[in-house]
Amino acid sequence: MSIDKTSPTPGQDEHVVENPEAAAAAVTVVDPRLLVREQGLTGYVGEFKRKMRAGDLGSIPVVIGLIVIGVVFQSLNSAFLSAENLNNITITMVGTGMISVGIVFVLLLGEIDLSVGSVSGASSAIAAVLAVNQGWPEWAAVLFAVAAGAAIGAAHGFFFAVLGAPAFAVTLAGLLFWLGFMLQTLGANGTINLDSDGLIGSLTTYYFTDIAAAYGLAAVVTAVFFITSFLGNRRREAAGIPSRPLNETILRTALLAVICFAAAFMYNQYKGLPLATVIFLVFLVATDFVLRRTSYGRKVFALGGSVEASRRAGINVTAVRISVFAVSGGFAAMGGLFLASKIASANQSAGTGDLLMNAIAAAVIGGTSLFGGRGRTWNALLGVMVIVSIQYGLQLESIAEPVKYMITAGVLLTTVVIDSITRRTQKTAGRA
Amino acid sequence: MVHVSATPVLALRGVSKRFGAVQALTDVELEVHAGEVVALVGDNGAGKSTLVKTIAGVHPIDEGVIEWDGRAVQINRPHDAQDLGIATVYQDLALCDNIDVVGNLFLGRELRKRGVLDEVEMERRARDLLTTLSIRIPSVRIPIASLSGGQRQTVAIARSMLGEPKLVILDEPTAALGVEQTAQVLDLVERLRERDHAVILISHNMADVKAVADKVAVLRLGRNNGVFEVKSTSQEEIISAITGATDNAVTRRAARTTGEVSK
Repeated sequence: MSIDKTSPTPGQDEHVVENPEAAAAAVTVVDPRLLVREQGLTGYVGEFKRKMRAGDLGSIPVVIGLIVIGVVFQSLNSAFLSAENLNNITITMVGTGMISVGIVFVLLLGEIDLSVGSVSGASSAIAAVLAVNQGWPEWAAVLFAVAAGAAIGAAHGFFFAVLGAPAFAVTLAGLLFWLGFMLQTLGANGTINLDSDGLIGSLTTYYFTDIAAAYGLAAVVTAVFFITSFLGNRRREAAGIPSRPLNETILRTALLAVICFAAAFMYNQYKGLPLATVIFLVFLVATDFVLRRTSYGRKVFALGGSVEASRRAGINVTAVRISVFAVSGGFAAMGGLFLASKIASANQSAGTGDLLMNAIAAAVIGGTSLFGGRGRTWNALLGVMVIVSIQYGLQLESIAEPVKYMITAGVLLTTVVIDSITRRTQKTAGRA
Repeated sequence: MVHVSATPVLALRGVSKRFGAVQALTDVELEVHAGEVVALVGDNGAGKSTLVKTIAGVHPIDEGVIEWDGRAVQINRPHDAQDLGIATVYQDLALCDNIDVVGNLFLGRELRKRGVLDEVEMERRARDLLTTLSIRIPSVRIPIASLSGGQRQTVAIARSMLGEPKLVILDEPTAALGVEQTAQVLDLVERLRERDHAVILISHNMADVKAVADKVAVLRLGRNNGVFEVKSTSQEEIISAITGATDNAVTRRAARTTGEVSK
């Protein structure tokens, strides 16, 4: 019976394609076999079902996962969904999340960067040495550290793209080298304390306490989303190509508004809108824009699809590869600064332990494919939310570190299995 | 009869190409006019691919002259060929599976508006192009992975048309296609001719060649072995030119099977 699902018989076809003549007249190049979505709510449900069957799950597994996590831990401990705990989760996740954004770029190429943990540690050490020991102004130390991270990434990219060494091996060497570099830089003491009121310190401690800040941001985000969608659809209509119906735009905007204002309400219950969250959101929006709306982003996706096709299309494969590793290194450095800010120091354990695995796991859990060419930077946000929520939930239950590792591993494995299975389903449905 | 202009769009005069000790092409002559489909045939190793690559700028020629619109030109890099208006569709299609049809059509030459991809204009032009070429695909916004082999081939050919090339080179466009898809691609080749493009078609399939080509240029062991008008030439004549003799494996097999039937 599974055959019926993928290739409907002619009899069923008539039910799926609502009025094919009208559809063909509306849009110029339409194959009669194309499944045209019906108008209104039934159309939505139909398309949703079809996407599920084709293995086009998108962010749905991870959203369901987040809901399950929320329900389970809340039932175990009512402090889990408190404003304070949620606020702490959203601040803690920025460090790992930033690193994960860089990982998404590398995964889109179908490559891996194992050095991001060490690079984040090395960058925080560089910033601490410059700001505290050398007396640089903190902003200069921060800029230098991020630039250093990007340069380190570009160096990895050079060995991979120009000399042709496997990215896996190059960044594995990087993992060791930059760990050693960090320990060397920190010197005999091993720890450099940062001024908790300084720029780096306030990255995770500053709040916009005025309640208007959080609500204002939510309102601005919603309004900008609606206006850009609305204008985009009007342009499409004017050009005579299929566009989204207005009620769909309104529905999406409403959904976004609910999420934004709920988050704003939650933040205002505690200390206000955290600076860390604002910075993270700005980078997520910016990277998503770069990947999906610029020709640079298109090149990154193209390389993830087919290197040979990209080369023949005149894309400078070497330059794009180096730049992607530079982006990864830069985001690792920024993540390192947030992590250092959280503990107000740069110390020897920075960038070690499960940081690297969590950053990669976050990208994958969020829905970025390990096989290249599929993913968005928002995946990093969703994935890191899952990982940090689990960590905080287990902490509330006073469950020890070893068990945390095992549970996080279970989540990662589940995600990868889901990724592999959906990929297989997508292949049979001709979507991968 | 197809209208053929006096000056060929592309003319090769005495082109030779060596790879180390191998003389891949020797004194090859070839002419292609606007609105003309020239089939390039020959056995494996006859030099078809090498010849195409010299025109596409992948392998610069060692001796001879390449004339473009009647004047001699140098084609040393793929870029030179593209600048002249030569588009090549290789056998492996060079499309990105994960990107949609519009994205693939404009890959490497995206339209931008204030630095941002102009998706609306790209989609509009993609639709126009596909309509003009009567290419039917389910949607221009689905990933290439969702398309059939024939549809992918038509997208690859359509992509070569975006730069309004004067000469389109198709390297075995129907090699891996079914009956229906082959017909679609052949239709597309005919539309290229109607729109006054010059087409070089490499094919092993005599039926395809007979169906769409105006002229057949035969290569054998790196040399010309005759140029035939398709209308006035039988398939057997072309095959004997390809194999180099009237007594060849193909005719012997034909004789044997008819002999068996008559028994």
